[in-house]
Amino acid sequence: MTATALPLPATEVGTKDRPESTRRAPRGENRAGWLFATPFLAFYIAFLIGPVLIGLVISLFNTTTVRAGLGEWAGLSNYADVLSNGDFWASMWHSVLFTLLTTPLLVLLPLAFAILVSRISRNQWFFRLAFFAPYVVPSAAVCLIFAFMYTPETGLITNAFGWFGLTAPDFFGSTSGAWFAVVLLTLWWTFGFNFILYTAAIQEISEEVYEAAKMDGASPWQQIRLITVPLLRPTMGLVLILQVLSSLKVFDQIYILLAGGPAYSTRPVIQYIFDTGFSSYRGGYAAAATMVYFVILVLVSAAWFLLRRRSNSANA
Amino acid sequence: MSGFSRRQFLAAGGSVSLAVALSGCASPIGSSFTGSQPQTADVIFWHLFGGGDGANMATMVEDAQASSRRSVESTLLSWGNPYYTKLSLSASSGRPPDVSIAHLSRLPLLAQAELIEPVGDQFRAQGVTEDKFTPAAWEKATVGGTPYAVPIDTHPFVLFYNTELAEKAGLLDPSGDGLTPMRNSDDFVAALQAMKDTNGLDFAAVASITADPSTCWRFFLMIYSGLAGPIVSDGGTEVTIDRAAMEETFAFMQGLTQGQELMPRNATATTSTTLFSQGRVGFLFDGVWQIPTYRGVEGLEFNVVPFPALLGPDPVAYADSHALVIPRAAGRSAQRTEDAVGFIKGLLDLSAIWADGGHVPAWLPVQESEEFLELKPQSNYTEAAFNAIYDPPGWYTGAGSDFQTAMGSVIASVLTGATDPTSGVAAMETSLKTFSTARPPV
Repeated sequence: MTATALPLPATEVGTKDRPESTRRAPRGENRAGWLFATPFLAFYIAFLIGPVLIGLVISLFNTTTVRAGLGEWAGLSNYADVLSNGDFWASMWHSVLFTLLTTPLLVLLPLAFAILVSRISRNQWFFRLAFFAPYVVPSAAVCLIFAFMYTPETGLITNAFGWFGLTAPDFFGSTSGAWFAVVLLTLWWTFGFNFILYTAAIQEISEEVYEAAKMDGASPWQQIRLITVPLLRPTMGLVLILQVLSSLKVFDQIYILLAGGPAYSTRPVIQYIFDTGFSSYRGGYAAAATMVYFVILVLVSAAWFLLRRRSNSANA
Repeated sequence: MSGFSRRQFLAAGGSVSLAVALSGCASPIGSSFTGSQPQTADVIFWHLFGGGDGANMATMVEDAQASSRRSVESTLLSWGNPYYTKLSLSASSGRPPDVSIAHLSRLPLLAQAELIEPVGDQFRAQGVTEDKFTPAAWEKATVGGTPYAVPIDTHPFVLFYNTELAEKAGLLDPSGDGLTPMRNSDDFVAALQAMKDTNGLDFAAVASITADPSTCWRFFLMIYSGLAGPIVSDGGTEVTIDRAAMEETFAFMQGLTQGQELMPRNATATTSTTLFSQGRVGFLFDGVWQIPTYRGVEGLEFNVVPFPALLGPDPVAYADSHALVIPRAAGRSAQRTEDAVGFIKGLLDLSAIWADGGHVPAWLPVQESEEFLELKPQSNYTEAAFNAIYDPPGWYTGAGSDFQTAMGSVIASVLTGATDPTSGVAAMETSLKTFSTARPPV
């Protein structure tokens, strides 16, 4: 930019000439900030950074889980073994398949229900509670309840198929039945979290926008389609990435309900890591598998971040 | 301001939790902080038995407590890998139970990882010595020359038959309460053929094949072991398949399901229970632990005998054993070890109760007792415990392991006819390679 007498737009002046002090907190405040963050940081280092570093180290050794010490040096051979292992990739695929099955349902259905609930004029609290309540039930309890309902012959869900003249799939004995069982359970159980995120975002939308639309003669359906949904797009993006990451981390439901069965056809990658690392004592190998999985999760997050940044700059 | 201030509340909360932590050293919660074994009873015992076996074990534990005045806390954990994972991790973190059940087929890994105590002098002092056990079981309890477990039973894979149908087919031994002696596979196939033809049955026999890799594996290893040695050796790192023997075994097994159609090729555990219970087949190939399943079936009279010699010269029984082990704990006192040994001895003496579940007691004083000899059909197949072949020793083999699942899946595809015997051998080799080439953890 050349030095001219032309006045620059106010905003640009502001950002350019902002004094140093407003960008950085004063020294004393900075120190206090770190002090307040110490309890969190201590836990973060002890239970997250520390274990990740330990995992990184033992992935390079032939470590036995049930023995002290690192064992002998293995170099990158654990990684080579993981990458060439069919069972690892099969379990990776199961985690991805679970994500593909659950994400669309858990992004779109809570959106639809959050919008519907927002249009109810009375006793909204009841619906919010009803949708959110299952989320606070522990996974083991949810799985036990659903295991009862999926029981062949006597289970509630098994019988419910009969009411419509359908035959229930074998929820524990067949792969497709097992996926159906675990996806339905997950939908019921985790629905509430996304629902609450959407509900919060809907409440953020200013009432005046709707009023203005009403004055212009917009029908309720037009209001939803042209105001609510577009204004919820950032939340949908957030829900999508949170859902993808949490679905990729699936373990509890599949482990407790199915133990990865039948014949490991639904075993997710975390259970594979658990099985090799703890049941077979192959600590080094399991640590290498964890690292591979970790890198994949980081790549997914990074890809989302880049896509979002591009779309944000395109919108600007 | 009335009531508590926030500061007071936090202080009160803090001192309460501190008091709990300090006073709780003897409680399980306290000991989990100090890293010592919880001491809620004289003997802490873990097992994996539900159903009828679980009820029998509960009776034995109760009787053992009553006769010794030793308190025992018994915990039932879920069967299979989860059980062994919990056992291993509790031992490696120094807080295991005092006594636990283990399958002998899972023993090599536990012993090599130094998670269990060898069976030492304290047992000898109580009279628990090698000469008082079924030799095959004691041998399997020995890893690298040291015994690590006290076997309580042998539970072999055996031949169930419907007494009524066998009588009509002329298969009953007139002199005793068994079948007419069979010397080899030809006699065996002839017996099955007679069962099918005389009674006009669709099938002579049934075994659970579909979605039951463990049963497939037991059936296979029994026949194969008549001809050849273990399929892996050197702790599982070396594949030692006898290709000709394996092909012959597969051909024989496929002959039963395909050629002569003596057995259904698609049978789940439910199918096989139904067919045998309703008298629609004359024979069932399954483990002795299924005896309680059929005992209560109305109108079904059955008996259980060991399999005859099939492809090899001598009869072989695929089997596994439940055993009692003392997981290693650095801080266990001499008194607790003594209680543990006493408790194990007590369970051995009570193992006639255990035999009710179909198991053959490994403790000879019980096995040779009048009480057991009168127990039918259990005492018919004591011989199978002596001819027992277990899973080959290795870090990945044993009851409920991935190895059994992988092997069983190949065997099932041979039995259903999807794979021919030659390709079956190749598939077994490929499948074994993933196990044998993985680096052993210990």
